[in-house]
Amino acid sequence: MHSKQDKKLKLLWFQGVTCNGNTHSFLNLPNIEQLLENFEILYHPILPSIYSLEEILKLEENCDLFLFEGTYDPLMQHNGVELSKIVDYYTKHATHVISVGTCASFGGMFKATAPERNSGLIFNEEESFGPLLEQKQKVINLSGCPVHPEWLSYTLSMIVSDKEVEVDELHRPIELYSNLAHHGCTRNEYFEWKVDVDNFGEKEGCLFYKQGCRAPMTHASCNKILWNEVSSKTRVGTPCFGCTEPDFPRTDMFSTKTNMSIPQDTPLGVPKRSYLTLTGIAKTFHIKRLEGKLIDYKTTR
Amino acid sequence: MARVSKEERKSGIISAALKLFSQKGFYVTTIPDIAEKVGMSVGNFYNYFTSKDLLAKELVLYISQYLGDKIRAINESDDSSEIKIQKIVTMYFDMATEKPEMIEYFLRVYLSNREVFGEGCEGMTCVSPFITEMMIFFSDGVESGELHNQDFFSAFGLFMGYLGGMVFLFGEKILPDPLEEYKESISLNIYNALKTR
Repeated sequence: MHSKQDKKLKLLWFQGVTCNGNTHSFLNLPNIEQLLENFEILYHPILPSIYSLEEILKLEENCDLFLFEGTYDPLMQHNGVELSKIVDYYTKHATHVISVGTCASFGGMFKATAPERNSGLIFNEEESFGPLLEQKQKVINLSGCPVHPEWLSYTLSMIVSDKEVEVDELHRPIELYSNLAHHGCTRNEYFEWKVDVDNFGEKEGCLFYKQGCRAPMTHASCNKILWNEVSSKTRVGTPCFGCTEPDFPRTDMFSTKTNMSIPQDTPLGVPKRSYLTLTGIAKTFHIKRLEGKLIDYKTTR
Repeated sequence: MARVSKEERKSGIISAALKLFSQKGFYVTTIPDIAEKVGMSVGNFYNYFTSKDLLAKELVLYISQYLGDKIRAINESDDSSEIKIQKIVTMYFDMATEKPEMIEYFLRVYLSNREVFGEGCEGMTCVSPFITEMMIFFSDGVESGELHNQDFFSAFGLFMGYLGGMVFLFGEKILPDPLEEYKESISLNIYNALKTR
């Protein structure tokens, strides 16, 4: 007989077409045990759960929170039960639905397995599309490939505290996604003075001009809420791939798309003309301190 | 008689200085020469520009802004890149014909006396309005699929080096015909060299 913990919110985590990346990312949350004490976990593909997959597929229980990981493919089946039926059943009574990761939010990486029918729960990239359009007010999109565990923790904590999670036009919490990945980047001085980096893993230099970094146009707080509490892609010398945005994944993610040497996309909200004016002038000046290894720069003569 | 405003005076100095610098050269032209041509005292001249170097930089900015504004208007039209090229060539040659001192100054003073344009005018600083609009022109052309994607300076050199060279030949009275006669063929050459293959 299953033990039921009264008054706790009932959480059900279900998967569509997925690599399990969000599940694994969530396991890195330092306070995962304390957080999950607030919930009754009906089902999770990895965490200890009250019900087995077979029991969940009988479609007899109800949950308060339905967390969905992976791309939504209406024809996908779990033990002979169509995903569309499963999602339809559990979301009907849930007060909150969380799309965990970019696949569940916008289609993401696994949209490619069947692009004509796969999508997120309420978006196909930026277009309104998906099985939950009629109840989209209860859907919170936590995009990211994978989602940052702290972003999921924040959202779950807000729901447990019965606080409203304000979302943007793509249903992402504005508290987490109003920032750009550029904010807090330790390479910002190099961005300002237009000093490029030629290789990955270098501590110095900006990754925007050659390496395809999307941080100045990507809504994410990766450089404010650090990964594993210590780092981020740009901090270790890898470009931001813009994985929280609806157009992820793009092609050629390790190179900056340029037209006649000019970046095709400019930082969010910055007109191309203004950007080029500033860039042209900044590039004129050579700041010796920024051209070599910082550790080699002599501060005294 | 209407009083001449300070801005009009300044504009008069710029116009006179452009002519003198481009005709006589930067070093030979003196502040008294410029003051005399404008009809003001040398002392009064310094109320407008505190040195000849500063005036020289102001002139480059003035020309760059003038060219930038003209190209911006072309960039903001719905024309194809081919038509935009024709318009830029026409604008440039018309300017070289009607206001030869502006192009002459650019070619014979700015590009030939780089030592004057060091501090405060480094690199693209003083020519930014012009260069920025050329960047927009090229970038839009590639984005619309009309122009071949290549290095900016390779394309810029081909376009502006060509025009500058023709104006130089015109200034040296080597060209057998007026610039007007070359607009069409040069526009076509530039377009053929830049278009998508």
